[in-house]
Amino acid sequence: MTLSAASPSINPLKALAQLSWPWRVTFIYLLFMLLLPLTALVLRASTVEPGEFWRIATDPVAVSTYEVTFGTALIAALINGVLGTLAAWVLVRYRFPFQKGLEGLIDLPFALPTAVAGLTLATVYSDNGWIGSLLAPLGIRISFTRLGVGVAMLFISFSFVVRTVQPVLQEIEKEVEEAAWSLGASRWQTFWKVLLPQLMTAILTGVALGFSRAVGEYGSIVIIASSIPFRDLISAVLVIQRLEQYDYTGATVIGTVLLLISLVSLIAINLLQAWGRRHEA
Amino acid sequence: MGITIEGVSKRFGDFQALYSTSLTIETGSLVALLGPSGSGKSTLLRLIAGLELPDTGRIWLTGRDATYASVQERNIGFVFQHYALFKHMTVRQNIAFGLEIRKASRAEIRARVDELLELVQLSGFGDRYPSQLSGGQRQRVALARALAVEPQVLLLDEPFGALDAKVRKELRAWLRRLHDEVQVTTVFVTHDQEEAMEVADQIVVMNQGRIEQVGSPAEIYDHPATPFVMSFVGQVNVLHPESVLSCQLPGIQGSQQVFFRPHDVVIETDPCSGGMAAQVQTVLHLGREIQAELLLQDGGSLWVHLSREQYAKTPIQRGQWVYVRPKAIKAFPPADKHRAVRNSSVFV
Repeated sequence: MTLSAASPSINPLKALAQLSWPWRVTFIYLLFMLLLPLTALVLRASTVEPGEFWRIATDPVAVSTYEVTFGTALIAALINGVLGTLAAWVLVRYRFPFQKGLEGLIDLPFALPTAVAGLTLATVYSDNGWIGSLLAPLGIRISFTRLGVGVAMLFISFSFVVRTVQPVLQEIEKEVEEAAWSLGASRWQTFWKVLLPQLMTAILTGVALGFSRAVGEYGSIVIIASSIPFRDLISAVLVIQRLEQYDYTGATVIGTVLLLISLVSLIAINLLQAWGRRHEA
Repeated sequence: MGITIEGVSKRFGDFQALYSTSLTIETGSLVALLGPSGSGKSTLLRLIAGLELPDTGRIWLTGRDATYASVQERNIGFVFQHYALFKHMTVRQNIAFGLEIRKASRAEIRARVDELLELVQLSGFGDRYPSQLSGGQRQRVALARALAVEPQVLLLDEPFGALDAKVRKELRAWLRRLHDEVQVTTVFVTHDQEEAMEVADQIVVMNQGRIEQVGSPAEIYDHPATPFVMSFVGQVNVLHPESVLSCQLPGIQGSQQVFFRPHDVVIETDPCSGGMAAQVQTVLHLGREIQAELLLQDGGSLWVHLSREQYAKTPIQRGQWVYVRPKAIKAFPPADKHRAVRNSSVFV
């Protein structure tokens, strides 16, 4: 009802004044926090000549950062999709000492400043860290490589899948599993055919959130990675590098490309979720 | 033999859900496990299904020792109170689930699902999801799903408990007819005595982890074996020994409690009729019958149900003194020590 009042034939300010106050507050808030900054970014990028825009956007260094950022984030999110589901399963289905403590620990990456996360990861995974020193003789280096970027992304996106799957898993009645057993399904078949399909929407949501978070990660990666182009330079760091060189146009163009890719992946994820929810009336 | 249970018991932590219990259920019969919550009826059903393992005793299904067989091996159909349908599957896929697990051929599955959809009167609903169905329809899908694998035994745990009164009534009659058609040994759990009487051939009345009585609906109602059965199945008035003494009922000793049904009474207004004096407290006109609460001289109260004819003969009013004579009374031997001890151990 309020939406129709905002039709183009009416003065938009007048239309805004007619909306109920929660609508107005939300609208103004979104306008300043989301719409205006994004529009400004796109407007600024649109002042760049199309040929120039394309040249900067497809510069080999830039392209390599897209690949490192989105590729690694996708792999990290998928790994967490599996391990996060497993962790949610353990938290819901098993009772063990210090369970509450572990639950709190899972939330830690949400709360931890990302620079601190980077610091802790670098301590453990650097060549003379606890784990890094064990892997170094095998020729596996984590810090200052793309693997390090992956580890940081795994760390900061882990909680998302656990936190989205856990409540859904809790809600699935034990009886649904018992029904499957009574029909002859083994425990594995029950998980595969009955439980997993019902968890899929939640898992996808968690993967999507984790993916977005990993794509946006900066603080921990800048510490654990060497930020060398073609090796482990991510797009967010490239934007900062451009800014540090007072190359505002370059930063804006790459920022716009990131924005577009993020939007497209969000839409794709939403479509996937809608497909996963098709059985809900 | 359909189902034989021998000395089966089950304890959950401190709670003895089922004391050593034996029971035989004939092949092809329709049996109700009736009792209040915590009586052990659901535990017994889940033990038969293999969803719980017994602490002691043995269970035979169609002549085979199934005590430690897994749920999957028992070839049972189980229907839950809250349907437990697979939400992400259509009605058709739900019903086909057990057949697919058994690797039946596509054509076979198709034919069987069609047949079952017909049986549960949901032929046009095969492609819907459970969320698009009413409660009664969902429970019929659950039943079709359980029947699809041609189980030896069909087990239903409060199958109509989540449905509203009208649908419940329809489904009861329908289950009765379905059983006549399919003839599979069926055990269902209910706390509703009316439901048990209406649907079952045999009723197993349970209380506090034990079987109180097994019998046909008529036997259970007319010849209750224990005070519990008498008061759980149908309404009942309990008279204290003092009241009994004051009105000299034949053949009853002073220390016994006396039970009688609210409709097994004669109400008279003549003090010389030999009945117990009581004052009318409440009169409820319920259409088919009239129910009244009477207050006895010793402070005890009782309910009487009068037919329209009886009421027409003696139209009682609130505050009036009347004289009550029970027509059919039942007295049970005083509770023995064993029962008393058992009661206290459960409630502590």
